[in-house]
Amino acid sequence: MHELSIVMGIVKIAEDETAKIKENTVAKIELEIGQLAGVELDALNFVWESAVKDSVLEHALKTIIEIPGKAICADCNREFYLNNIFDSCPNCNSNFKGIIQGKELRVKSLEVI
Amino acid sequence: MCGTCGCGSDTNGPTILKPGEHNHSHDVLHHNHDSHTHTHEHHTHEEHTHTHNHSHDHKHKVLEIEQDILQNNQVLAARNRGYFEAKNIFTLNLVSSPGSGKTSILERTLSDLKETIPFYVIEGDQQTLNDANRIDAIKIPVIQINTGKGCHLESDIVYEAVKKLEIKNNSILMIENVGNLVCPSMFDLGESKRIVIISTTEGDDKPIKYPDMFYTSDICIINKIDLLPYLNTDIEKLKSYALQVNPKLQFFEVSATTGEGMEAWYGWLKENI
Ligand SMILES: Nc1nc2c(ncn2[C@@H]2O[C@H](COP(=O)(O)OP(=O)(O)OP(=O)(O)O)[C@@H](O)[C@H]2O)c(=O)[nH]1
Ligand SMILES: [Zn+2]
Ligand SMILES: [Zn+2]
Ligand SMILES: [Zn+2]
Repeated sequence: MHELSIVMGIVKIAEDETAKIKENTVAKIELEIGQLAGVELDALNFVWESAVKDSVLEHALKTIIEIPGKAICADCNREFYLNNIFDSCPNCNSNFKGIIQGKELRVKSLEVI
Repeated sequence: MCGTCGCGSDTNGPTILKPGEHNHSHDVLHHNHDSHTHTHEHHTHEEHTHTHNHSHDHKHKVLEIEQDILQNNQVLAARNRGYFEAKNIFTLNLVSSPGSGKTSILERTLSDLKETIPFYVIEGDQQTLNDANRIDAIKIPVIQINTGKGCHLESDIVYEAVKKLEIKNNSILMIENVGNLVCPSMFDLGESKRIVIISTTEGDDKPIKYPDMFYTSDICIINKIDLLPYLNTDIEKLKSYALQVNPKLQFFEVSATTGEGMEAWYGWLKENI
């Protein structure tokens, strides 16, 4: 379950950033997670509590901003939203496309006390 | 232990071993995966619905971080890639579900080509030295990474293994990832090419069930074609699903058991080093 590694990555970022300004409690954390990023939010939420225990994130309120998938067709240039990484262009049916959004996996902000 | 893929809460971290070495499991690296236990409550998005309306005590500070969560792995992968390029080491990351035949394909490939190409192998598994012993038996330098509860390799542990393996310039490094079609897809190891292996017994719709792995791979080896007469698998359908996910995929159809189709794969290897 890579969601555990992902939460551990989030903890590391939070620990590093708060250490820089010598704070040790995060009140809020905002994450941006693309719908094509390959992360199951259920699984992420499932591991969250145990993974943040004893870290600066232990009591943080977590907000997840989900970013919908969007691609641009390499054949007809149409921009379109997609739910699956394999959705084809609704205009010309091509499978050749560039993903322009939806792969994000980011810590957007931290609010420290 | 998590039901999804076996990530559990055991205390053993990843270990690196060469066949023949003593098997006390020293933790080679401090790996994040470990120090945490899983609880089995199900957590949902409840945090979303909180409205935050308490009065601020003027001590809150908002840090706009905008940092990629996988950045650490990506930076280390880039370091690996630079090392490989400098030494002209062509590196392949072999990914698949458990049991598709990664080790069998390696055994056959190494036996057939070892006189002409210097190979090195990193074996990734949750437990046991079994795969490394199979490679060691054909006298190819090999090292085993046991991820413990981890379900995929990450670039930091690959870096440690690479150092220990002492790879010579102008060679091919094969990294057999942990058998798992989900988790390894997100972790770049610094490889030159990623190869997804699927066997004919797995069903033709695997590529759209696990699209991320097919999306991030360059090559798709379809193994166990010797079994086709006994199965309902439609290889053309499998390929068209895979191409739907990743139109740039290149296919090889092989049987590691009979050797059928291996020449085309060897041709690709020789062309690419
Ligand atoms: N019939 C047939 N069986 C094969 C073929 N390739 C591998 N097998 C069998 O499939 C089983 C699994 O093969 P392995 O090579 O161990 O598979 P793997 O992908 O390395 O497995 P993990 O490392 O556990 O993920 C073994 O029993 C092999 O003998 C093939 O081409 N045809
Ligand atoms: Zn996993
Ligand atoms: Zn189009
Ligand atoms: Zn294997």
